Amino acid sequence: MREPMKPKDYKSGIPPVWCAGCGNYGALSAIYRALAALQIDPANLVNVSGIGCSSRMPYFLKAYKMHTLHGRAGPVATGLQLARPDLKVLVTGGDGDGFSIGGGHMPHLGRSNVNLTYVLMDNHIYGLTKGQFSPTSRRDMKSYTTPYGGIEEPMRPLLYMLTYGASYVAQAYAGNANMCAELIKDGLEHQGMAYIHLLSQCPTFNKMDTADYFKSIIKEIPASHDTSDLRKAMRLIYKFKDKEPVGLLYQTRRPTLDECMAGLVEQAGGSKGYDINKIIDLARP
Amino acid sequence: MSKHDLIFRIAGDGGEGVISCGDLIAAACARSGFGIFTFKTFPAEVRGGYAMYQMRSGSEALHNQGDGFDIFCALNSEAYEINKTNLLPDTAFVYDDTFSPDVPEGVSAFPIPMTQLSRQLGFKKAKNMVALGALSRLFNVAANHLKELLVDRFESKGEKVVEANLEAFDQGYGYAATFELRQDLQLPAAGKATDVIMLSGNEAIGLGALIAGLDFYSAYPITPATEVAKYLALHLPKRGGTMIQAEDEIASISQVVGASFGGKKAMTATSGPGLSLMSEMLGFAFMSETPAVVVDVQRGGPSTGLPTKHEQSDLLAAVYGSHGDAVRIVLSVENVADCIHMTVDALNLAQTYQSPVILLSDSSLAFSTQTVPVPDLDAIEVVERKRWTGEGEYQRYEMSTDCISPMADPGTPCAMHIATGLEHKQDGRAAFTPDNHQEMSAKRFDKLKSLPSYYKAAEVDGDAGTEVDIGVIAWGSTIGVVREAIARLRVEGIRVKGLYPKLIWPMQVEQYEAFAEGCEQILVAEVNQQGQLAHLIRAETSLHPISYTLCGGLPFSPDMIASRVRELL
Repeated sequence: MREPMKPKDYKSGIPPVWCAGCGNYGALSAIYRALAALQIDPANLVNVSGIGCSSRMPYFLKAYKMHTLHGRAGPVATGLQLARPDLKVLVTGGDGDGFSIGGGHMPHLGRSNVNLTYVLMDNHIYGLTKGQFSPTSRRDMKSYTTPYGGIEEPMRPLLYMLTYGASYVAQAYAGNANMCAELIKDGLEHQGMAYIHLLSQCPTFNKMDTADYFKSIIKEIPASHDTSDLRKAMRLIYKFKDKEPVGLLYQTRRPTLDECMAGLVEQAGGSKGYDINKIIDLARP
Repeated sequence: MSKHDLIFRIAGDGGEGVISCGDLIAAACARSGFGIFTFKTFPAEVRGGYAMYQMRSGSEALHNQGDGFDIFCALNSEAYEINKTNLLPDTAFVYDDTFSPDVPEGVSAFPIPMTQLSRQLGFKKAKNMVALGALSRLFNVAANHLKELLVDRFESKGEKVVEANLEAFDQGYGYAATFELRQDLQLPAAGKATDVIMLSGNEAIGLGALIAGLDFYSAYPITPATEVAKYLALHLPKRGGTMIQAEDEIASISQVVGASFGGKKAMTATSGPGLSLMSEMLGFAFMSETPAVVVDVQRGGPSTGLPTKHEQSDLLAAVYGSHGDAVRIVLSVENVADCIHMTVDALNLAQTYQSPVILLSDSSLAFSTQTVPVPDLDAIEVVERKRWTGEGEYQRYEMSTDCISPMADPGTPCAMHIATGLEHKQDGRAAFTPDNHQEMSAKRFDKLKSLPSYYKAAEVDGDAGTEVDIGVIAWGSTIGVVREAIARLRVEGIRVKGLYPKLIWPMQVEQYEAFAEGCEQILVAEVNQQGQLAHLIRAETSLHPISYTLCGGLPFSPDMIASRVRELL
């Protein structure tokens, strides 16, 4: 029998390129641990990403990987998952990639309930381009492109993803490796679109939203929270006011896009061996 | 005396049933064994606006919609106003008698009370069926076939609707019996075609994709490409494949690339605006060497342009529309038969060369219904990508003599790798050193070097060796028009030949050079403002062609090409 996979066995051998103190290290180590906990075969895992610091994740994982375009990891992963429902699909990316340039795709990952796990590392800034405000930056944050402070409100990713129809929604602070690993593991096991939002500090360019700041604003979701109730999940976010809830907010089981597609094919009597001549004959005058 | 090559034109308001009337005539002619070639124009709006359906029926192979028409049917006065200058002597003119046209000398007029008869039936919508009945009687369009088809078409709407339409048809048929027939404009009893199918360019693209073993199709609705999605939504699931409507064109090409990375054959179809949106992901497909097929059913541009009109103006976007040094395979189809067979080619070439392939069709071909021989599935080769054999150490972008590196589908043990848009080394790792970028760029370009000689040669219309005064080069559906023009010019004794490339890019330079050898002058005919193919020819070959362009939302007619050639002599 094969030796069980340990977290380190999921390392690609390429060392991460992130700055010292970057929250993404916590996310990466949590992913290694979650994969090991589930004993996922690296050959059956595909990590898809877009562009940004956190989108470099695939290089550091032992798996099949796609490092695609800025904002397009979601639809690339959707195509892959539909074409190969036998694979485990993990999307990794950041706040700008997922909610700015790629924001148009998020609703559809949720509503279609694409069977994938999306780990979004939110550092409230663009790191790779050296510090511009992002759609989750605090309004008063001065940045490379907001020298006078920002003029736009930050968006609320968790509320959006709940509204879009993601069937698993959780949040953690990237520095809490245990919680991250647990939530990512559960997300990978979940059938449907699992969205895991990680508060992940950028020590280099975001001097406001530091590790200490994130630690000060998080508040654990009480064990009594009913994770099966969408309205309660939303209400909890509002009730927490300035605090960021961490833990599992919502989980439901509803048919995934690939399951629905399989049903549709069955309904059409579909099979690889279906005789094309039957389709050709329909075009006879 | 019956006429073997007959052109009907039916025109009216979008809501008056012009298209269904034309579709029924076309299908009845095909059922009678005639070859057909249709051309339609739609208003861009859902309701109202001018619509026209031209249907050419013949016993020989038809390559285009023809010049003008033999028979014109106007459902209203506006349709008459638009077409009256084309009412040439010897044509027949059928019209709704609610208006009084000036019938030109030599034109046979057949006023039919279309509105009145349909009103009497209490079914105003059946006006087109009154017209259809009249056309059937006047020009010997098989009434039995028309009625069968009519029943099929309206069956789903209930017995009452079928009855009313049949009654309207009979009324028109009966009324027309009062006229003396034009004996020179009668369809023969039956044509000679037997084993044919009849489908539009868009449907044919869908069929070609099925034949090529398409696994995955994703698209976003856009005129005039949406019927490809309609066809595949219905039929691809039968073959166990996946058809999905994406949230936009960026998502559809992204899904295609994802599915292709998964080892599946994947395609999308769009029009110009969608192609623009896809250009970044096509660059990724090029960089990561991922097979991907995009069908671009061109329409009038730029921007929103003329969404329902004919134009061949996406050629440069297809060839050059990417940042950085990138190259795509660009194919273009002439007719419905090409739509079937070259969609197979496009999917095959994408697999063979691990490259994005753009297949250019156009708006008039999209909706043109043509009869084509039933495809012989045993004679069609379907190609799989080169896959890793499992020997040695896997490197995704390994250098080889043909520059084509084996792919490995996810799930393959020991071949894990990354598909990346970053410049990379042979193992896929990012690398930005000067030598590596040079080498890998060369690899990506060099792998296509074999294509111009590997893919079918551009067709020469005429004897390749003979000297001629004019050589005409055309691409896409313009080829069909040029074929007929050249045939007519030859009858006049004019020395002319044609070159019809179907692989547009990379260019088959040697074939252009060889063709030009025996030509005094070269004319490139295409439907766009800039002369886009002429531009590419000047850039890539030693030819100095004269550009003949048309940019009015309509295709060339054979007469236009023939006249231009005569002018050059």
